[in-house]
Amino acid sequence: MIVVAAWLLAAVLQAPAAGSVQEADTAGARPVVQVAEETPLDRQVREIAAQLRCPVCQSQSILESNSSLALDMRRIIREKLEAGESPDQIREYFVRSYSEWILLDPKAEGFNLTVYILPVLLVLAGAVLLVLAARRWMQRPAESSTVTPTDEDPDLTAW
Amino acid sequence: MSDGGGMNWRRSLIGLGIALPLVGLLGFGLTRNPSDIISPLPGRPAPDFALPVMGTDTVIRLSSLRGQVVVVNFWASWCIPCRVEHPELTAAKARWEGKGVVFLGVLYDDSESSARRWLEEFGGEKWPTLLDSRKKGAIEYGVYGVPETFIIDQAGIVVHKQLSVVTLDTLAHYIEPLLARSPQ
Repeated sequence: MIVVAAWLLAAVLQAPAAGSVQEADTAGARPVVQVAEETPLDRQVREIAAQLRCPVCQSQSILESNSSLALDMRRIIREKLEAGESPDQIREYFVRSYSEWILLDPKAEGFNLTVYILPVLLVLAGAVLLVLAARRWMQRPAESSTVTPTDEDPDLTAW
Repeated sequence: MSDGGGMNWRRSLIGLGIALPLVGLLGFGLTRNPSDIISPLPGRPAPDFALPVMGTDTVIRLSSLRGQVVVVNFWASWCIPCRVEHPELTAAKARWEGKGVVFLGVLYDDSESSARRWLEEFGGEKWPTLLDSRKKGAIEYGVYGVPETFIIDQAGIVVHKQLSVVTLDTLAHYIEPLLARSPQ
């Protein structure tokens, strides 16, 4: 009984170590994590995938998503790059199927310009309003500090 | 006093002039579902494909079907609305049998064995089921869920993209005029 219990305990304690055998070096001190080096092709796939919105996700790019559709889209990007297509041609390929919805950053042209211009205009308008309001506030204390003797409390002047 | 009143009116009008378009824009945004993708395909040539037919060595190329109306239905056995839709498509197939309308099913993100079992449940395969195992066809058609159905005219132009369940009435609405303009 004791032998069985000791064997089970040893098995439980050793289980995590057994799972990480490939990640530990022979000395057992430092973990060895093998990270594949990113090739220029990997980097290009990653850059394009990060710009395309995943059609079956909520606010995720196809780089971030692990949905099967996103995985297949990343594979298509890789195949097209290998076939010599440019990033612009690949983006255009997805726009032809999914419209500009697929682009996380809409093209800065036509009605889309409002997305880029409107926030700047609103910030500028806010700044102008702040300056005008600040000027008015600066003027008010100056006006109220010029108190004429007639405004003074008659009870106080008696002192 | 009257000057101050004029200033207030002018300020209010300027404020309204700025606020109303912004509120209108936000209100318009609320009427739209951000997860709906408006397909750019209707009115454009249908992307060509050459996909293998399930259970055969045949490959069907879309462009070889020029001169006929083609209904391309993306579906899967795990898709619940597809169960509702299938009888509608079956009725449509019977209605336009031999009248220049071709029906094609494209299997989306599914296994052949599940698709076969599903079709047997519905009385067997009534039109070819195409295999698009790496979703290249689905991606070129901008598919992002099933079912989705495309109606393609005799010249190879996409006439309509149906998101979710397509009914016999919807199919008739688009197919009848196409058949009328090109007498068989």
